Amino acid sequence: MTESLFFFFASLTLLCAVMVVIAKNPVYSVIFLILTFFTISAHYILLNAQFLAAVNIIVYAGAIMVLFLFVLMFINTGKNVQGTVKGSIISKIAGAVAGGLLFVVVVAALKDVTLGHPDPATYNSQVGMVENLGKVLFTKYMLPFQLVAVLFLVSMVGAVMIGKREAGEQNF
Amino acid sequence: MDSVLLIYKGIYILAIFGISLLIATYSTYFERKIAAFIQDRVGPNRAGPFGLLQPLADAGKLFFKEEFIPARANKVLFILGPGIAMLVAAMSSAVIPFGDTLILGETTFDLIAIDVNIGVLYIFGVVSLGVYGLMIGGWASNNKFSLLGAIRAASQNISYELAMGLSLIAVLMLSGSLSLKVIAEQQAGFNWNIWYQPLGFLIFLICAFAETNRTPFDLPESEAELIGGYHTEYSSMKLGMYLFAEYINIFVASAVMATLYFGAYNFPFMENLRNAFDDPVLGNNVVTILGVGVMFAKIFAFIFFFMWVRWTLPRFRYDQLMKLGWNILIPLAILNILLTGGGILLYDYFTKG
Repeated sequence: MTESLFFFFASLTLLCAVMVVIAKNPVYSVIFLILTFFTISAHYILLNAQFLAAVNIIVYAGAIMVLFLFVLMFINTGKNVQGTVKGSIISKIAGAVAGGLLFVVVVAALKDVTLGHPDPATYNSQVGMVENLGKVLFTKYMLPFQLVAVLFLVSMVGAVMIGKREAGEQNF
Repeated sequence: MDSVLLIYKGIYILAIFGISLLIATYSTYFERKIAAFIQDRVGPNRAGPFGLLQPLADAGKLFFKEEFIPARANKVLFILGPGIAMLVAAMSSAVIPFGDTLILGETTFDLIAIDVNIGVLYIFGVVSLGVYGLMIGGWASNNKFSLLGAIRAASQNISYELAMGLSLIAVLMLSGSLSLKVIAEQQAGFNWNIWYQPLGFLIFLICAFAETNRTPFDLPESEAELIGGYHTEYSSMKLGMYLFAEYINIFVASAVMATLYFGAYNFPFMENLRNAFDDPVLGNNVVTILGVGVMFAKIFAFIFFFMWVRWTLPRFRYDQLMKLGWNILIPLAILNILLTGGGILLYDYFTKG
């Protein structure tokens, strides 16, 4: 059951991810990207990591992708967006070569990766539950967690500084 | 056993779905009746006794209207928009506990569709998806007013989601669980969260109004400046879907507020009532059935409040809306978290020595 579900979601994820790249209309790309996040969340649920699944939806599908769509709508407003992806044959060849090289790098990097094989006797299937995740974050990984929080604070302050209206600028 | 449970869950989910649709349908009727009462009119009174068949007449009218798609619109997304709005609205009632447990024979039935341990996050995730229906529909209409409405909807929802999440965190700090069922159980009797979280509830209430695009936060569809906002180009049942999704959202928002802050299905002296019966099974069932009634009474009270506010307050201006969200509600929500944290620490200090 779980295995067939995994293959179903894996193929769906790949299909959506490919559609993100080949869709001509950027709004379709964003919608397929949202679908990709959903199928990735389905993988998290299969791995018993419900918290990650929910947070993935909230943060990526619920907030970041809305902003993507927001920007795209502003850019494309009123225009016929069909065929915005154009390019000469040279840029297509260059793109194919660059993509192929990236693929080679990924394959080379993954070649020597050993997948973890947890011991079924000692493995705790509840490790992805929100209580356990919180405990681990606030004990074992306390320092990285706090550092990430500081990083977020810095980026928030930066965003506020950029978005702040200068004195004398028109207010709406 | 398993198949019994599976069939039960299926029936329960269908029932909840049906009840949400029914309540949304009759919300339109009561909205008009309440508006009429506030404005000293009669309201719908032609279709059936007291105009009770008015929602059916409205739906029939919407179905028979011309199905119109603008010539330069993106057809797929234009049709997808209301569908997404409706789907997302109907999804969120799955994790709300409408009642405690019913014991029939040997089996115990939980009156909740899916008891996940991340219920609050599920609600939050579904709410954050709600804006896609509006955005996609508004953009696909290929109309500047629709687009402006869609963009307002998106920026408003994103702004108020933050304050909503922050006000929820204080509740989660008190309950120590993300499961709505556990949160409901902790508020047994009259021990409701509203007594501990008045400020948090106020923030959540305001954000719920903003997330459901209700007055005074209905800027995405403000007819004075944007004609009809994101659904300017919609007609027929596609428009009906958008309006219907709004009412389902109100129902779900009311249910969530009742669950998180007003004790869900709990009511005062429920333990005394439970113990008054000699048979514990009968006592449990009676309390549960009364509890379901109490839960729906709370939900209806909130729905009434939504309508009351709509016909009382005028609409915000756009910069006021943003200022309220970012400059007032978010700092208040953070203050609320600090106060709650301090309160919990003090309580632990004095009770545990």
